[in-house]
Amino acid sequence: MSAVIDDHGHAKDDHHHGDHHHGYGGMMRWITTTNHKDIGTMYLWFSFMMFMVGGTMALVIRAELFSPGLQIVNPDFFIQMTTMHGLIMVFGAIMPAFVGFANWLIPMQIGAPDMAFARMNNWSFWILPFAGSLLIMSFFVPGGAPGVGWTMYAPLTVQMGMGMDLTIFAVHLLGMSSIMGSINIVTTILNMRAPGMTLMKMPLFVWTWLITAYLLIASMPVLAGAVTMTLTDRHFGTSFFNAAGGGDPVLYQHIFWFFGHPEVYIIILPAFGVVSQILPAFSRKPLFGYASMVYATSSIAILSFIVWAHHMYTVGMPVTGQLFFMYATTLIAVPTACKIFNWLATMWRGSLTFETPMLFALGFLFLFTMGGFSGLVLALAAVDIQLHDTYYVVAHFHYVMVAGALFTAFGGIYFWLPKWTGKMYNETLGKWHFWLTMIFFNITFFVQHFSGLAGMPRRIPDYPLMFETWNKISSIGAFGFGFSQLLFLYIIVKAITSGEKAADKQWEGADSLEWTHLPSPAPYHSFETPPAIK
Amino acid sequence: MSATGASHLSGDNRRMLVKLSIVAALMFGFGYALVPFYKAICVALGINSLVPIATTTSKNTQVDYTRKVSIELDANAHRMPWRFKPLVGNVEVHPGELMTVEYEIVNTRDTPVTGQAMPSYGPQHAGQYFSKLECFCFTKQTLAAGETRRMPVVFLIDPKLPADMKTITLSYTFFEVPGMGGKL
Repeated sequence: MSAVIDDHGHAKDDHHHGDHHHGYGGMMRWITTTNHKDIGTMYLWFSFMMFMVGGTMALVIRAELFSPGLQIVNPDFFIQMTTMHGLIMVFGAIMPAFVGFANWLIPMQIGAPDMAFARMNNWSFWILPFAGSLLIMSFFVPGGAPGVGWTMYAPLTVQMGMGMDLTIFAVHLLGMSSIMGSINIVTTILNMRAPGMTLMKMPLFVWTWLITAYLLIASMPVLAGAVTMTLTDRHFGTSFFNAAGGGDPVLYQHIFWFFGHPEVYIIILPAFGVVSQILPAFSRKPLFGYASMVYATSSIAILSFIVWAHHMYTVGMPVTGQLFFMYATTLIAVPTACKIFNWLATMWRGSLTFETPMLFALGFLFLFTMGGFSGLVLALAAVDIQLHDTYYVVAHFHYVMVAGALFTAFGGIYFWLPKWTGKMYNETLGKWHFWLTMIFFNITFFVQHFSGLAGMPRRIPDYPLMFETWNKISSIGAFGFGFSQLLFLYIIVKAITSGEKAADKQWEGADSLEWTHLPSPAPYHSFETPPAIK
Repeated sequence: MSATGASHLSGDNRRMLVKLSIVAALMFGFGYALVPFYKAICVALGINSLVPIATTTSKNTQVDYTRKVSIELDANAHRMPWRFKPLVGNVEVHPGELMTVEYEIVNTRDTPVTGQAMPSYGPQHAGQYFSKLECFCFTKQTLAAGETRRMPVVFLIDPKLPADMKTITLSYTFFEVPGMGGKL
């Protein structure tokens, strides 16, 4: 496999310098491209499409929950919606979005001509549409899509129809794509930095992706193992999770969350990286505590492998186990707080301006901290037993996933769009997008803390009358949030087609290589000769 | 580390690809290694077991060790071609203690014979203190021509047995079940 990749890499390096216009045209250009910028663009558009699909599912959920009783969908379809919403948003929207950022930015920020394995990079992307199709196809097979929740807990997964098999294969493909992408990123960062670009001079975005890529390489194969065990339990007579055959469904939860907890940091660490680029640029100050940011990111990554069972306090583990996982989990608050304080200190006495990327970064800072605090509440075993599987959990992880990862992705797109396309977006509309998103996000999810504390369980299509007001508010917010994202699409398309020309260094405080050494838009092949790093 | 030439780089990159792929493959194996690891942890901590693990051998606290009762065993076959006898004539048990005794039957006829044993007790009201967990008298017995069979009776004497009852006779009598033709 490596020989094939390197042959193609050579062919490109030796014979195709700067000749992308003489290659395939039209659709074939995108299918065959090995250019990191093309692939980054495809990742971002793919993730936006999946964001729309997953968002539509969220709106089906919120429409059903607008009133108590069953109005629109039956319970079977409802749980299929919650399952697929989770899987598509996590694996189809957020992860590919940040891989898109990685593809666009890592080579430019370290002064490399392209990713290390250009052909494998193309494969990593083109696996995704097949995985996404398998997921969506599962709606049209007998039994429909799996209604098991995105965590795919046994024993329900063992009993589902063939939609479950399609989902398992989709997870296999997504895992392969992530592992290939991660190997590419680690190799690029470790082997292809420009002379003088030492590890501790790398922009923090590159650092966070280096650590994230290691997390992916270590955790994705474990998920692949878990779903493979589910598959063999279903069809090949094994009994890993089947209690009747001597297996244990709780074992699945351990294996899944051994992957699942690093996974949440896989999602959020690149977002930390993006924020660490945006905040200094609009504060016109260097990032405060660069080295401590690197160490904090690394310790979060290491700790993420020993806290998984805080997702399963209610399985009946011994109290010693609960205490261990509780203390280990609360320990993560230390490096995380270190990062939050560093960001605040970065802004301290800076000359702040509030363009759209900065607004999204500040929105992230505010809301992610709230999500972190509700996470600390949930980390306490004694409290979690009351809150487990309630809407409090739903509110918590949407504060860290949506306001954490998605807000930063928006901020990052506004921040780098001038560099990627050479065009500026409409700042007024961008601010509108931010404020609509910010307000509707909080309308949707803040009330879920209350319904959760009052005991409303997640993943149910119907609920007692006492939860009605909260759910009505939440549903109204969700529709507002959803439609606000059409404005985002309009802003981006408008900018690309008829935006004003962007300056080479659009943001005066931005200081990484793509701003200081490259024109806007960044040329198709950049840094073919490495830049000199002072 | 830094970019010094394409050929040098691709060698470095290939080594890195192999190393990281091995890590990924090992982590796939690690997922499977969690299975025995999980079971070992559960056993070591004594959790998640469907059968409660006995920490000490359970003791029967109901046994009355202060006295003994003599059980006389008697066996008869009523108008049957069977030789029927207990292997021992009498046993001594503490009330509450589990006891097993064995009987032997020989079918002396050249055709199969079916019989049913009926117990009787002396004194008669000792019967209510006699609990049998297993007895050949619970079902009909069919012996083939010339067959010899040993069969157990598992019983205990209720500790509530009156103190003046020192000897109990347990007597079984086999009756032929006619019309069975030796078949059950």
